[in-house]
Amino acid sequence: MSAKAVSSGNTLAVSRRSKRSLANSKWPVLILFLPPALLLFTVLVILPMGEAAWYSFYNWNGYGSPTQWVGWRNYQLIFRNSAFTQALINNGLIVLASLCVQVPLALWLATMISSRIKGALFFRLIFFLPYVLADVAAGMIWRFVYDGDFGLVAGISQFIGVEPPFWLADRDLAMYAILGVVVWKYFGFHMMLFIAGLQAIDKSVLEAADIDGATGFQKFRLVTLPLLGSTVRLSVFFAVVGSLQLFDMIMPLTGGGPSNSTQTMVTFLYNFGVTRMQVGFGSAVGVVLFVICVTLAFSYKRVFMRND
Amino acid sequence: MSSRYHRMRLISATAVALAGGMFTAGSAAADSVIRWMHVEQVPGNIAVWNQIARDFEAKRPGVKVELQFLENQAFKAKLPTLLQSNDAPSIFYSWGGGVLKAQSETGTLRPINAAIDANGGEWRKSINASAVDGLTFDGKVWASPARTGLVSFYYNKELFKKAGVDASKIATWDDFLGAVKTLKQAGVTPIAGGGRDKWPLHFYWSYLSMREAGQKGFADAKAGKNDGFAGKPFVKAGERLAELGKLEPFQNGYLGATWNDALATFGDGRAALILSFENTPSTQASNSTSRKGLADDNIGRFPFPVVSGGAGLTTDSFGGLNGWAVTKNAPPETEEFLRYMASIDVQKVLARDTQIMPVAKGASEAISKPLLKEVAEALAKETWHQNFLDQDLGPNVGAIVNDISVEVVSGSMKPADAAQQIEDAYSLERK
Repeated sequence: MSAKAVSSGNTLAVSRRSKRSLANSKWPVLILFLPPALLLFTVLVILPMGEAAWYSFYNWNGYGSPTQWVGWRNYQLIFRNSAFTQALINNGLIVLASLCVQVPLALWLATMISSRIKGALFFRLIFFLPYVLADVAAGMIWRFVYDGDFGLVAGISQFIGVEPPFWLADRDLAMYAILGVVVWKYFGFHMMLFIAGLQAIDKSVLEAADIDGATGFQKFRLVTLPLLGSTVRLSVFFAVVGSLQLFDMIMPLTGGGPSNSTQTMVTFLYNFGVTRMQVGFGSAVGVVLFVICVTLAFSYKRVFMRND
Repeated sequence: MSSRYHRMRLISATAVALAGGMFTAGSAAADSVIRWMHVEQVPGNIAVWNQIARDFEAKRPGVKVELQFLENQAFKAKLPTLLQSNDAPSIFYSWGGGVLKAQSETGTLRPINAAIDANGGEWRKSINASAVDGLTFDGKVWASPARTGLVSFYYNKELFKKAGVDASKIATWDDFLGAVKTLKQAGVTPIAGGGRDKWPLHFYWSYLSMREAGQKGFADAKAGKNDGFAGKPFVKAGERLAELGKLEPFQNGYLGATWNDALATFGDGRAALILSFENTPSTQASNSTSRKGLADDNIGRFPFPVVSGGAGLTTDSFGGLNGWAVTKNAPPETEEFLRYMASIDVQKVLARDTQIMPVAKGASEAISKPLLKEVAEALAKETWHQNFLDQDLGPNVGAIVNDISVEVVSGSMKPADAAQQIEDAYSLERK
């Protein structure tokens, strides 16, 4: 008891001393290390952000300097644009697919192959492979798969003797075809997160549940899942942020079409801002996207990841 | 202290002297450098352009022509920034239209009026008037015409024969719709379309509105007269396009098909028609599954039909118009070089070796392929040359024209709404 008190007194003294010396030596370190980072951050992050916010109040095509001040018109145009509404809906759909299909699927697979059974490593590799592919490459591969003239889908439908479908050319189905690719591409990544989380769970807890006579499902629901909570929350966070950024897979697949049915916010920015040389409008979209991202990220971290 | 000050002055003076010396020496050695930025990826054509530059250098000692070839997207992405920097090229490839106009308004370009009208307008007179007109805004010629083009229908003779359609009888839009129906009944897919890229379908809306409105009606719409692009002819054009769409004339999945897919569909003989550029005979071959495509003698061509009651003529043509734009700080010899490039001899070489449609009068005789010759003859007789709308109306309105063309033909937008959308967007550009 007394030995403990002495030792804690020592650490207190040490920490107080180090605090004082830190206070003394803080400035040279700050002066040496902060400016490069601060400069880079300012020049590459803060400044462009401020510029985008500034441009968003102009009607400007990128030539010369912006002169035509239009106030909030660009923002009004964005929210009146049906393609933007569709993009918001699609981003929501992607989040939904991630939550309802991707994360459960990844969790299920992870629980199956996290233990050291035969072939587990092989399957981990197989399931993780799509994630290793570049998004653009994955998009192009799936464009061929979905192609109704020469693709895999065409081959299969010819084999069963039906007219080949053109999913990517169908307004009502194209987005679901893309959701399929998104799930295929990223479930492996979430699975790996879960495997890491599962391996961190203390085996003795599960053993204790075994001794108490818990069934497999009970063990999963009452022991594994609660202990995996922080990983699940992290995984969902990645899914949400990833959905907001989804761009490079959509471009080779559909380019946002047909009839803007597969736009996401970023493809909307590209198609309506960059390719149309509407720098002012595009900047406004960027600002909206930024606000949505920041709000989502911070509130999610505040609400769900507070204790992680 | 004073000695140090003295030394400093000495050093800076030497530096200035050295720099000055280097500058004069540099300018004496390099003379004039014309920096030329071009969009060209075909190796054979690059060789032709390089040869033109070398020939000019030989004719004009002391002038050096430096070429830079960029890929299309890279070129378009790089140009706006380059134009505003000190690194701007002397001349660059331009698609004319609204983009060229926007560039001209920033003061980064130099009009070529003085040169083109020198010697009693000898240069101007040697070029097709419609080409010069197409690159003129506010009375100033902002680019030297380089090449022109024509969009028309190309058809598969064999498939037409199989369905019993006579292409020479297609003169009006109703004839055309009749031909589409007959082809469908014969089990032939009538038209190859590239809906994913959108612009291949904007050809239809553009041609139909040209045929409905005519040259004057089109100019009036641009000026905002008669309800502008929301006016009657443009709604009517949309209605006719919707009429075509209702017949389901395109191959399956055309909304997901790129332009290259459409060319392949035509080149493989999977569709009978394509509304396309003058270079279709070669591009349908290179995009086809077999890389050989249809034989030249199996391809026929006819102009876009006229519409009953419309003001447009069959000789009003729709197609590309390209030129060389000159930047403000280009060396004075630049215009001389452009004059050389527009001369009939060089234009003949270009027509023969790169198969472009030349702009110099009489240069088209160098074209040997019958289908290309036919196009050149049609262009020589044209009554109006309308540049692609996505160039002419500027990138933003152009993109909207592309969008609505797809929407209208696929039946998801009403023609009147489509016309109104274009007018809404274009009204912002009129200022």
